Amino acid sequence: MKKYVGQSIKRKEDYRLVTGTGQFVADIKLAGMLEAVFVRSPQSHARIRKIDISKAKELPGVHVILIGDDIKGKIKPITQFESHSAVPPNVAKEINPKIQFNYESVLAVDKVMYVGQPVAVVVADNRYIAEDAADLIKVDYEQLTPIVNPFEAMKEGSPLVQEQVEQNIQMEFHLNLGDARLAEQQADHILKTRVHTPRLSSNPIETRGVIADYDLRTEQTHVWSATQLPFEVRATIAHCLGWTEQNIRVTAPDVGGGFGPKGGVHPEEIVIPYISNLVGRPVKWVEDRLEHLTSARQSRDQIHDVVVAYRNDGTILSLRDEFVVDSGAVNFFGFTCAYNTAYHLRGAFKIPNFEVTSRIVLTNKTPNVPFRGAGRPEAVFTMDRVIDMIARKLKLDPVEVIKKNMIQAHEMPYDQGILVKDGARLIYDSGDYPAALNQALEMVEYDSFRKRQKELKKEGKNIGIGISTYVEGTGAGPFEGALLSVDSTGKVIAHLGASPQGQGHETVFAQIGADALGLTPDDIVIKVGDTAVLPFGAGTYASRSAVNAGSAMHEASLKLRKKIVAIAGIILGTPPEEVEMEDGKIFSKENRSHSITLQDVYKRARPAARPPLPPEIEPGLQVTHYFVPPTVTFASSVHIAEVEVDKETGFVELQNYSVVHDCGTVINPMIVDGQVQGGVAQGIGSALYEEIVYDQNGQLLTGTYMDYLLPTSMEIPTVKKGHQEFLSTRNPLGIKGVGEGGAISPPAAIANAIVDALSDLDIVINQLPVSPSRLRGLIKEAEKKQNSILSK
Amino acid sequence: MKPAVFSYLRPTNLQQALNYLEEYGEDSKILSGGQSLIPTMNMRLSAPAYLIDISRIKELNYIRQDGDFLAVGALTKHKDIEHSDLVKEVCPLLAEAIKWVGHAQIRNRGTVGGSIAHGDPSAELPCVLTALRGEIVIANVDGSEEVLVPEEFFLTYMLTSLQPDQMVKEVRFPIISKQCRSAFVEVARRHGDFGLAMVAAVVDLNEDGSLSNVKIAVGGVNPTPTVLEEVEHYLVGKKLTDNVLEHVSTLTEESVDPETDLHGTAEYRRELAAKLTVRAIKIAVERAKEGEKHVQ
Amino acid sequence: MSNKVQVEITINGKIVQKEVEPRLLLTDFIRDECNHTGTHLGCEHGVCGACTILLDNEPVRGCLMFAVQADGSEIQTVESLKNADGTLNVLQQSFSDNHALQCGFCTPGFLMTLTHFLEDHQNPSEKEIREAISGNLCRCTGYANIIKAVQQAAKTLQNEEMNHSVISAQ
Repeated sequence: MKKYVGQSIKRKEDYRLVTGTGQFVADIKLAGMLEAVFVRSPQSHARIRKIDISKAKELPGVHVILIGDDIKGKIKPITQFESHSAVPPNVAKEINPKIQFNYESVLAVDKVMYVGQPVAVVVADNRYIAEDAADLIKVDYEQLTPIVNPFEAMKEGSPLVQEQVEQNIQMEFHLNLGDARLAEQQADHILKTRVHTPRLSSNPIETRGVIADYDLRTEQTHVWSATQLPFEVRATIAHCLGWTEQNIRVTAPDVGGGFGPKGGVHPEEIVIPYISNLVGRPVKWVEDRLEHLTSARQSRDQIHDVVVAYRNDGTILSLRDEFVVDSGAVNFFGFTCAYNTAYHLRGAFKIPNFEVTSRIVLTNKTPNVPFRGAGRPEAVFTMDRVIDMIARKLKLDPVEVIKKNMIQAHEMPYDQGILVKDGARLIYDSGDYPAALNQALEMVEYDSFRKRQKELKKEGKNIGIGISTYVEGTGAGPFEGALLSVDSTGKVIAHLGASPQGQGHETVFAQIGADALGLTPDDIVIKVGDTAVLPFGAGTYASRSAVNAGSAMHEASLKLRKKIVAIAGIILGTPPEEVEMEDGKIFSKENRSHSITLQDVYKRARPAARPPLPPEIEPGLQVTHYFVPPTVTFASSVHIAEVEVDKETGFVELQNYSVVHDCGTVINPMIVDGQVQGGVAQGIGSALYEEIVYDQNGQLLTGTYMDYLLPTSMEIPTVKKGHQEFLSTRNPLGIKGVGEGGAISPPAAIANAIVDALSDLDIVINQLPVSPSRLRGLIKEAEKKQNSILSK
Repeated sequence: MKPAVFSYLRPTNLQQALNYLEEYGEDSKILSGGQSLIPTMNMRLSAPAYLIDISRIKELNYIRQDGDFLAVGALTKHKDIEHSDLVKEVCPLLAEAIKWVGHAQIRNRGTVGGSIAHGDPSAELPCVLTALRGEIVIANVDGSEEVLVPEEFFLTYMLTSLQPDQMVKEVRFPIISKQCRSAFVEVARRHGDFGLAMVAAVVDLNEDGSLSNVKIAVGGVNPTPTVLEEVEHYLVGKKLTDNVLEHVSTLTEESVDPETDLHGTAEYRRELAAKLTVRAIKIAVERAKEGEKHVQ
Repeated sequence: MSNKVQVEITINGKIVQKEVEPRLLLTDFIRDECNHTGTHLGCEHGVCGACTILLDNEPVRGCLMFAVQADGSEIQTVESLKNADGTLNVLQQSFSDNHALQCGFCTPGFLMTLTHFLEDHQNPSEKEIREAISGNLCRCTGYANIIKAVQQAAKTLQNEEMNHSVISAQ
């Protein structure tokens, strides 16, 4: 029964967060706690000759200092996360991956590979003293040739970021469908272009942070981390330190945003527990913003060389894409982002001939991990720029080219002919993309925009409209679990493996449970972010929690209901199938006036000799369900950006932004809208403002918030939202993921809109962000070209 | 990001502050609003042994008309300028520019003296002061004062002529004739950021509609805020035609020498300075034509 | 290195006297010495606004002040906002009603900025609201719901005031 699912229930999380009583890692204080500071490499590529800690050690208040030599043989390096990077055998057969082992020592041993790499750690009474000591540590570096450009890195004889990774190509794969080269021979036109997506930093407003508290008596270590993946953190600590996994408890308390990079286990999450064990006291490390910008994992940074064959009417015959992922010094997530890009490239389009070659290259930059969208914004920026370029070449409205190639509703479920990353066939489960496009075009009054555009052009004003669409595999497995129990007060307690960073888990999963159990969301207490209570858990990433944890919650609630009903039947003297649960009351269909409560059922369910439960019913009210999705489910969306460009200054004003999207069953519309708006804001950031920049020596140039520009309230319009609800066929509630979606399309939609605003000039925007300086440069170049043509 | 150790001194009058400066000289720094200094201390790019907190020197917190000048005490906060009716009345250019300084939270702490002494060429107040041909009053430890014009005071990027034992005491904005109209134009990557370029302009119109009394300065595109003298001379007696503005643009481009940074190439910023100069003049002239005092 | 100085700061109505190092940032004083951890540190160089507090009733960045500078001042933090009976005040309630927060880390800074803003803006326009919060970064919400929340709060406060004046007129 859907009573609460679909409602904009206010969040349970809010009270503590608006009263300042939430608890983030930095807010936790333990008796005797020390604070750590990491000394980080100022060099992008260098040999460590000597580290002198003598002066630092003498500083009063300093407890311990560790360098790479101290941990050699004691702490194993962090390597690829197997749960994310394993290539299923059938996928391997299809893409023939070549993988080279790569790793990062948690403190640099012998050499450093990127600016910001941890070289030493100081533990002191407080952060102030620890920073004083860090200043006194002298590291003698011998500079090595920095490897910054991924194309240079791949050349034979290039210096190596990691000695064992030949040609710095950590992984490559090849995907082929149909015959792209034959299609190219038969096409009316060929388009060749290079598309580049910038390197980004996720920048949750809460930086990362870790506290570890080792208890000698029990040999337990309690770790609090601002992580998206408490279970992965626990497994990695156990692996790197050789500890018994069950002696480690990882808690993710309130986490202040994640967006992906807080899901990559970082060196600090290993070093801090190690030191707590070493000094026998709790140790805390909270990342500062400068550390975040240099050392927290970054993302994106792909360069695509595409060859597209198409007909005069805009039909795309083939797409050939050779792309490079600049992964920085280490690739921890295997082919996650690269293959996401590959399998999402064609999005909502039918392109029968398709060939992808991908190389993941190591350079002397901060390692990359997935960030909201994880390979999809890169794919969509590439594809939708291609669509727009084809339209301009053919002098067609982009809408025509989109429609020409779009998968039609009657073709659903649609088989794209290749495999998903998890090994399932890539089949879109449900959706109506042309309807979404039409709905979006109506929302923006596309035809009247075109008229207005012409009129304003006469006044010298340049407005433009740009479209982007995507189809996104969401709700990736492998699984998520829910452990439900009823306590003596009659409350249902649900422990979930998926921990949130602002997505409202405590509310939405209570809504799901309430519907299944005939309770209110307030009767259900959701507990998340703790490895102590559930044997298995994955985490929150890949737009997966609503799908996986939501389904687990639903199924577990049904299991619990079954048990409750069975025991209630005994109390009420009715067969279980006659028992109903509504608004917290449990009664027989026959006699609604006589009801019992969960408390009554709880009492009867306790293990006891008199009166006993029938042998087929196990005592206690506790159930567990692990939901394992068959594969991902496909959410989709159409984004339309409207801009005005100031030709003289290159400034872009984003006037309107509209989204029509399908995320299947909506659990809480208010939260879904919030996810879309927030995602779009990050997408706008990457379209117009954000970029991590390294110079040719691998020095970071965007190390503060004066240089890395996050959009403010002045830059982000209120997104107009339209909804579709095509249920997923791959989980019981029909849910599709929504977390990442908003961030995927804005770069493409905005770039297309800018090109459209300047359609009288031949401008190609295949690089982001579109800064005023960059755009003004393009405008000038195009004007020059135009003038020289006119003068001929 | 925690500052290094320092000793804290809190003078209660100007002389005491100057005495501290004389005693500790280059080992010390003046702390007023701290909005530029403290970030650099948090990053440990700056680690003075002594911080002289002058924020409690009440005698340096004032906005008053002093003859032909609007005199602003060094410790006057940006927000006080923003909310001052006197500033709106006698120096609308300053009133317009002050809103471009950072965000409200910054303007609540940042001081006029601090902004001037910091010598950032991308800051708004130095640009306004330069355009208006204002003065900076500097206090010496022996009780004497020096009065410098911006060209003498701002030496280069983040460097002023201020000696370690000197303090900015007052900033004087000349009060321009009631008929004059002004405009402050700036573009920044985002709202509240330091400008990629900014222009402060003042004009008056002769009866025939030609320009007189032109004062223009640019900020953010040279190592110091700069008066566009050639543009000023050129514009006197001219009416704004497309040709005139084109020449203004050319003259401006010749007068600036910006550097390339992350937010814009040198070429871009040069061009931008020219575009903004033209825009600022056009707005000021428009306002002059409307004949209404511009107060936003 | 002890060159500690005595400070007396009134924080959320309570006088706190402590000896502190001059270099102790005001935010660390509030968080570590006074245990009010609702004020958050997001960037420590004055850009993100997460540490915004009211100093003598004006919003300032707590990370760009030393505790000694606040000696003798009155400070209000997010912990001061809720009603005496523990319920949310109008602004807090409108944040919750409008889903104006996701992770909630930046929220205390927004609330303090807006507490001051709403005092002298009874009927703010969207543009005024956007400008008012432009010195506070939020990475989750994309700001739209924060603006909605402020509009609701302004309306509620206005109604409350009208009711008050009606009552007092009676």
